[in-house]
Amino acid sequence: MEFKGTPLKDRDIKEKKVFYVDWHVKAHYAWDCGIALSYFFEGLKNGKIYGRRCPKCKRVMVPPRMFCELCFHPTDKWILLKDTGRVNTFSVSYLNWDASRREKPQVPAVIEIDGASEGMGILHLIAHPEKIEWENLEEVLKYIKVGTKVKAVWKDEKEREGKITDIKYFIPIKEGK
Amino acid sequence: MQKVAVLGAGLTKFSRRAKETGKELAFYAAKMALEEAGLEIDDIDAVVCVSAPDAFDGVHMKGEYLSDGCGASKKPFMRSYVGGGSGVFGIINGWYHIASGHFNTCLVVAEEKMSSSMPHPQGIFNAIYDQFLERPLGVNLLWIFSLEMQRYMSVHKIPLETIALVAVKNKKNGLDHPCAQEGIPGNYTVEEIVNSEIMCWPVTRLMVSPVTDGAAAIVLASYDFAKKFGKDVIWIEGVGWCLDTSYWTNRDLYYPRYVEYAARMAYEMAGIKDPKKEIHVVEPYDPFAYKELHHLEGLLLAEKGEAPKLLEKGFWDRDTENGIPSSPSGGLLGVGNPIAAAGLMKVIEIYWQLKGKAGKRQVKREVKRGLAQAWGDLMQVGTVVILGK
Repeated sequence: MEFKGTPLKDRDIKEKKVFYVDWHVKAHYAWDCGIALSYFFEGLKNGKIYGRRCPKCKRVMVPPRMFCELCFHPTDKWILLKDTGRVNTFSVSYLNWDASRREKPQVPAVIEIDGASEGMGILHLIAHPEKIEWENLEEVLKYIKVGTKVKAVWKDEKEREGKITDIKYFIPIKEGK
Repeated sequence: MQKVAVLGAGLTKFSRRAKETGKELAFYAAKMALEEAGLEIDDIDAVVCVSAPDAFDGVHMKGEYLSDGCGASKKPFMRSYVGGGSGVFGIINGWYHIASGHFNTCLVVAEEKMSSSMPHPQGIFNAIYDQFLERPLGVNLLWIFSLEMQRYMSVHKIPLETIALVAVKNKKNGLDHPCAQEGIPGNYTVEEIVNSEIMCWPVTRLMVSPVTDGAAAIVLASYDFAKKFGKDVIWIEGVGWCLDTSYWTNRDLYYPRYVEYAARMAYEMAGIKDPKKEIHVVEPYDPFAYKELHHLEGLLLAEKGEAPKLLEKGFWDRDTENGIPSSPSGGLLGVGNPIAAAGLMKVIEIYWQLKGKAGKRQVKREVKRGLAQAWGDLMQVGTVVILGK
């Protein structure tokens, strides 16, 4: 069998050894937040995390939605949740959004929010409890495990905008707090 | 329902950047598949194209753009897309074109040119995250996979070194694949895999498949059309697919239940009662080392948490005599990952294995039936096909 294809090297582009055409695009979008998330963001502005209950399966869901995707039924009630939770899973990221490297890692995590049904998590970041920035992998693993209790650290009230980033990050806290 | 045969397969070389355009890659793969089948483009009734997001290429309606290279001019044409699951979704789409009885032949072409997005397609990928709750956090694509890997390892208490064995196996298998991307296959030790640069821990560089350009194609035909090709025909025995909720932070990521649902659909169609005995070779989707194990469990070829233990025993090795060879091609970790084309490459590997045409990669045990699976979207779709003699 004969297979076609002509591999190029990175430098073929950089040194303009091959023909190519460049195109740059700058796109701009404004997404309406909808019914459920507008209420949720209003809550964040006031330092509160709200979930939404399905009357059929009784799940209290976060992120909140106006319908339960499993029962395919409208949800009916806002439930105030706590701003604490547990680490469902976490990662120690040395990459930025564009795959460029970071010197010091970030810790994204799925955090199960207290007061919501079991397994209801949101994506957020976990910071070092005192100095915010993590030094390295080893330091993160000393503080964070699957199951670690965490608490939200909020922006000052005046700085909040009704965005997910109104929670600056979560930090690990002692059990029972 | 018409029974559907696979009559030919084509593949291009995989590379980080191909000189060929997407149309050219598609044409080379499609032409090779037609030649193996001994058919001309006029023998083809309908064409299916699968390819990843338009934004990679910066070409809107990429399917239409690629259609000429796929041989679709003046023919019924559809392009479909379920992220990384697209390659296997392609043969599924081709299958129902023919199973419906509406067409006798269908050419399925998978193309991917990820290199066009500069400097790296990673940034484009981030648009798969929720725009309200996730993107503002400054996401990176690898986050979700490292989060899933951590959850899987933590629930089953799997050591990182065991997961690394998948990369060792697949990168070694890939050495024998004629289309493998330069620098991707190789002989590595577990230590080298584990100690390679940390991307998003627990994912290290050598546990991630690369960015790749490439294309793959297969020719499908109805029973009535294929029967004149004699006894040595490979058949589609089962197909299955399933999509889970996009609220991924509300799912327990340790187990891909949507892959199980897709597999059960395919097994039922194929009349398979005991997949561990009745599947003889498997190509599960392996864009990350842990994904192969995760998927083998979802495919019910191992109990939950058992795939890593079987891996340590060599159960998934290419030369196993009592186990099930897994990713004998080298997979995405050993050959490369041109998203949609990688999934179809896996289907083609099963086809070649059943035909006895896999060359140095031919598995030792006798194979009468094999399975290929792909996975994608926001870690939520499973696509499965079972081929048999």
